[in-house]
Amino acid sequence: MPRPVIEVARLRKLYGSTVAVDDVSFEVFEGEIFGLIGPNGAGKTTTMECVEGVRKADAGRTTVLGLDPARQANALQQRIGVQLQQAQLQKRIRVWEAVDLWASLYPRTIDGRTLLEQLGLTEKRNASFMSLSGGQKQRLFIALALINDPEVVFLDELTTGLDPQARRAIWDLVNGIRSRGKTVFLTTHLMEEAERLCDRVAIIEHGRLIEMGAPADLVRQHCPERGVVFSSDRADLAGELERIAGAGSVRVEGTTYTVQGRGDDFVTAVIRFIAAQALTVRDFRTVFPTLEDVFLKLTGHAIRD
Amino acid sequence: MRGLLKLTWLEIRIFMREPLGFVAAIGIPLVMFLALGRSMSPFADRSARTMQFLAQDLPLFVSIFISINAALSLVAVISIYREGGILKRLRATPLRPAVILVAHVLVKLVFTGISLLLVILAGRRFYPIPLHAHLAGFALAVVVTTVTILCMGFVVASMVGTARFAQLIGSVIFYPMLVVSGMFVPLSSMPRPLAVLGSVLPMSHAVALLRGAWDGTGWLVLLPHLGALALTIAICLGLTTRVFRWE
Repeated sequence: MPRPVIEVARLRKLYGSTVAVDDVSFEVFEGEIFGLIGPNGAGKTTTMECVEGVRKADAGRTTVLGLDPARQANALQQRIGVQLQQAQLQKRIRVWEAVDLWASLYPRTIDGRTLLEQLGLTEKRNASFMSLSGGQKQRLFIALALINDPEVVFLDELTTGLDPQARRAIWDLVNGIRSRGKTVFLTTHLMEEAERLCDRVAIIEHGRLIEMGAPADLVRQHCPERGVVFSSDRADLAGELERIAGAGSVRVEGTTYTVQGRGDDFVTAVIRFIAAQALTVRDFRTVFPTLEDVFLKLTGHAIRD
Repeated sequence: MRGLLKLTWLEIRIFMREPLGFVAAIGIPLVMFLALGRSMSPFADRSARTMQFLAQDLPLFVSIFISINAALSLVAVISIYREGGILKRLRATPLRPAVILVAHVLVKLVFTGISLLLVILAGRRFYPIPLHAHLAGFALAVVVTTVTILCMGFVVASMVGTARFAQLIGSVIFYPMLVVSGMFVPLSSMPRPLAVLGSVLPMSHAVALLRGAWDGTGWLVLLPHLGALALTIAICLGLTTRVFRWE
């Protein structure tokens, strides 16, 4: 059993009389990528910043690497790496200067040149911060978060505002961080990102944690339905498809069938049926629910609303 | 300490890359000093009033103008850094919060020093009358004055959210304070309420300190003014630590 590196118990944070985070508890284990997911304004960033020691919680007990972020912030900063949401650097600071400054702040650091090379920023060493693209800025922030060879890395909405290509590149980098044995704690409102990256996620809404687990487990638990879509040359299969074990609804559009069903054997059952009927199939795909559907099911609204 | 020096040196370089800020900090006081000084000389009106203006009032005004300039620039930098989340980002490092702010004070002191030095050097060549002042003491007085005004700037930067507004509020506070500081019109010849107001405000003590140091008045005599400025610094720092917003 891996040991927990972050333990949050009954965290609560108010802004004036508004409750931003309410009674949130979770653990993050060594070596995993843990994601706090939910819509904008759900309390993800506030929660993360309380854990980082950037913000003080109003109630609850939090330990990170055995330290209290509120009272031992400085000791904690040495051992964690942080990327903040929507943070900027000085407009005219150069890439190497930022890395150099950050490197001077920690007693133990890794080589800045190698880091910039790994993050694909070598050519941008002398570029000013304001001349970088969104993806390059985020890569620089990742570099700054990794410069002290931290045990835990915090990434807050890392890919917001990036184009899909830059986003994918960042995902690879985050996976790379984990494969160096580090724990990653991230927030995102992108369910696809959470599904691609996270070993476990906690879904947070209106400051409350409403569900937690591995993405695949959550999908299986809350959205067991899956669909098989195939097209065939026959248009009279609806009745027989409905009799397949686990099958629910069947929708027919011309010769394209969409069969909804549940259970681990459902897809196999459809394949067996096709084989038994010796059907000629021009197209065949399965449709699985995603975290997006889980969120919809749990909250009654889509995450982007 | 290492972080402080590193950050200070970095901020100095960054500031020098900002052409407008650099010109405002160095160029404007210099041009103002020489232009105003030379505009006085062709009249050959060497009355006592003109001589007093050239020999002391204008140099003092330029010095204090440089300090106020530095404070307004500080206010702008702090507000811009806060709006951009730069302060917050720096704070999420082992840098102590005070270090981040002290670095900016040092940057402004450095540019105040450079600016004054250039004014003195250029003055030797282009100013209508030679310099008669106790420079070492005066330099010290300028440092104290600048630190005081910078600390007042921090209070403004703490209270006002946006950069544009903060600089405006800063100007509205500093320049009227200068009017009732005894800089051009002695407090003693002002209407009583104004004189009282002026003597309560820190700027009058800054002017008195600068004037005394310029003339070579003993520091013992200047102690009350020094004390008033120290008190201002203490109050402003106290306020800043309470109300400063990092984001």
